[in-house]
Amino acid sequence: MVELERHQYDVVVIGAGGAGLRAVIEARERGLRVAVVTKSLFGKAHTVMAEGGCAAAMRNVNTKDSWQVHFGDTMRGGKFLNNWRMAELHAQESPDRVWELETYGALFDRTKDGRISQRNFGGHTYPRLAHVGDRTGLEIIRTLQQKIVSLQQEDKAELGDYEARIKVFHECSVTELILDNGAVAGAFAYWRETGNFVLFEAPAVVLATGGIGKSFKVSSNSWEYTGDGHALALRAGSALINMEFIQFHPTGMVWPLSVKGILVTEGVRGDGGVLKNSEGKRFMFDYIPSVFKGQYAETEEEADQWLKDNDSARRTPDLLPRDEVARAINSEVKAGRGSPHGGVYLDIASRMPTEEIKRRLPSMYHQFMELAEVDITKDEMEVGPTCHYVMGGIEVDPDSGGASTPGLFAAGECSGGMHGSNRLGGNSLSDLLVFGRRAGLGAADYVRALSDRPKVTDEAINAATELALAPFEKRPNPENPYTLHAELQQSMNDLVGIIRKEEEIQEALAKLQELKKRYENVMVEGGRVFNPGWHLAIDLRNMLLVSECVAKAALQRTESRGGHTRDDHPEMDANWRNTLLVCRARPASDAATTVVPEVEVTAEEQEPMRPDLLNLFELSELEKYYTDAELADHSERRS
Amino acid sequence: MATYNASLRVWRGDDTGGGLQDYTVEVNDGEVVLDIIHRLQATQTPDLAVRWNCKAGKCGSCSAEINGKPRLLCMTRMSTFEPDETVTVTPIRTFPIMRDLVTDVSFNYQKAREIPSFTPPKDLQPGDYRMQQEDIQRSQEFRKCIECFLCQNVCHVIRDHEENKEAFAGPRFFIRLAELDMHPLDTADRQLLAQEDAGLGYCNITKCCTEVCPEHIKITDNAIIPMKERVADRKYDPIVWLGNKLFRRT
Repeated sequence: MVELERHQYDVVVIGAGGAGLRAVIEARERGLRVAVVTKSLFGKAHTVMAEGGCAAAMRNVNTKDSWQVHFGDTMRGGKFLNNWRMAELHAQESPDRVWELETYGALFDRTKDGRISQRNFGGHTYPRLAHVGDRTGLEIIRTLQQKIVSLQQEDKAELGDYEARIKVFHECSVTELILDNGAVAGAFAYWRETGNFVLFEAPAVVLATGGIGKSFKVSSNSWEYTGDGHALALRAGSALINMEFIQFHPTGMVWPLSVKGILVTEGVRGDGGVLKNSEGKRFMFDYIPSVFKGQYAETEEEADQWLKDNDSARRTPDLLPRDEVARAINSEVKAGRGSPHGGVYLDIASRMPTEEIKRRLPSMYHQFMELAEVDITKDEMEVGPTCHYVMGGIEVDPDSGGASTPGLFAAGECSGGMHGSNRLGGNSLSDLLVFGRRAGLGAADYVRALSDRPKVTDEAINAATELALAPFEKRPNPENPYTLHAELQQSMNDLVGIIRKEEEIQEALAKLQELKKRYENVMVEGGRVFNPGWHLAIDLRNMLLVSECVAKAALQRTESRGGHTRDDHPEMDANWRNTLLVCRARPASDAATTVVPEVEVTAEEQEPMRPDLLNLFELSELEKYYTDAELADHSERRS
Repeated sequence: MATYNASLRVWRGDDTGGGLQDYTVEVNDGEVVLDIIHRLQATQTPDLAVRWNCKAGKCGSCSAEINGKPRLLCMTRMSTFEPDETVTVTPIRTFPIMRDLVTDVSFNYQKAREIPSFTPPKDLQPGDYRMQQEDIQRSQEFRKCIECFLCQNVCHVIRDHEENKEAFAGPRFFIRLAELDMHPLDTADRQLLAQEDAGLGYCNITKCCTEVCPEHIKITDNAIIPMKERVADRKYDPIVWLGNKLFRRT
């Protein structure tokens, strides 16, 4: 056996995107020694893909904004299923988190009086998104990366070693959390470069691993999004919530094949772009759902008037919430009115002069020019829905980010609750700053309160080693990890995608059982040095587990809400509003369930919203979402 | 263009050696080189090592050399080659090989640490930062950098001169220095550092870095040349030199 590299830290952060890096900064500022472990190179995390901006009620553009308005918008966006305490903390703290980035060196676009500029976005009442053109995520990841370097420089000056307090382990993948008596004791990982194993002994682990989009065929997500944190938490005994809610962004590229799923920013429609079918018809006017009747323009003339002057007309249905637009595109394609490559048309060319398009949407212009040879200033784009974000994730304590496993914390996309059934654009970057910091703080407080350090046993190390090396064992009926992955993606895409129904979800679950069975025979070629086949085989284990959570929760929720649409239960049902579907892994009963455990889903009620927060909403609005019994205490009812 | 089979030549090996290997791989309409590498992995060479993340030109992970030219694999369309042309993919040359198309880029992370970080005025509180858009435009151009390190790879100061690596930070870090130097609220002095520690003087402005930048950052014109001019003003202007001698700040 290869010699095991061992490290001792106070906190290990898994994932180096926005949430992970913000957690590292916080734990280090509290004086702790922190390791950050990431599958990719430092600075390449999925956060770079965020375009539009970071939502925070700083009131730089409209002074009517406040944390209460941001809180209300977030709850509305999530159809009131959100964890209200998380939504409250998020709305209150995001301005400080954005201003703090400026002290780290971030350069956001400015207002005329030199403050951070803020832009409009879907579901946000006022201009609220701090941004840098259409590359806000890159600015945020680079800023946090550079802040970590600056802290390392301080440590070098003080202690003579850049890595005295923070060390980045990049291209290093965690395969297992190790527990001692039910509490976190460490994490087991391998170096991608060498295939050698690493043991992190640490009493606290912060999971910040992002999403699960690589279980779906058409996705805007990068390769790392294999649900690692979700699966690690499940296997460590923590719970996932809201896994049935997945955001399909309505406009991803559909052609060429190579770029299918790559995001086309909502800003195209925000700036006047319109959706059309193969008959040239602006079809969104046919898809205004009853709950939004009266709030959206009903003719093209009115919609175009709104674009010129927001106050004299109703907004265009092209800017309905993302879930509505995605479903409408899906219906048009199914009805045979799609584009040649299975999407619909998004037209900005006929709506705006060439120079204006290049100025407002520079990266969209280049993206289509370089990847599709389409000049969006002359021709229509072909677009269709793409898997974009998972609202579901690890159930955490809102204030500390703590999961139910002692010593385990989570933040960002891999945690659940904050966004309810649907996330507003712009709330992801702010989420990871607010809760990244809180998880770092939560982990620091936890570690400082411990009297003893947990221990990692040799048995645990041997079991983790054996599991990680299993794909190299010779099998009589070997399965190729790439084939299994492709089949999983196809099945999830077709059967648990935007529109779901019972038979199809059942079919997907049967397919998952088959894939889990075949996964026992997964076998890889080559050695351990930077071997992508082996890496995929390990990630696949997480994808199978998380996909089962998505499918089982989707089967159980017999209503449609936000990122979960049931063809056989098309209405939103107030009786489901406060119910969380909680996924847990069943304890292993045999060798197979040790590798990929069975998922158990139970329905649990959320704590009712605090009255002072509930009173921020008009009773007439709450009545659309709540049951009568739940509203008995509302101040308007009592008076 | 219908589906066809392309001839692909890929460098396979590790730090002990290796060579080009020939493959025939299916190509479909609109695909990029990274798609072809992925198809090769899925169908013929499951252990072929390649670094990639977003496949959308935003993360800067999949840097390589295609027919000898530094490019992002995800932004190079197969339609830019003739169907009967052999496409050769090799790892970026300036950094040590790990395996196949993956190189050890830690040089860049070491250099990043040697640049003093953003230093705002000590008494300026968060939320009180005020800057005009036109004053940050230049720095924002440099912050578009996706750290693909193609500029570092192509720079002849280090491409074939291992011995220069210690004294030379490279174009990526010249734009970082310029970005901070041009930041309206940065208080640190970076000009002499650029010249003396980062090796700005080695650059003889051949503009290769600008040519390969996938973000189209004008590295030479907007960062390196202005920095060189500022350094020249400080270091070689005789009046400034005399002033520095007489009234040296401590």
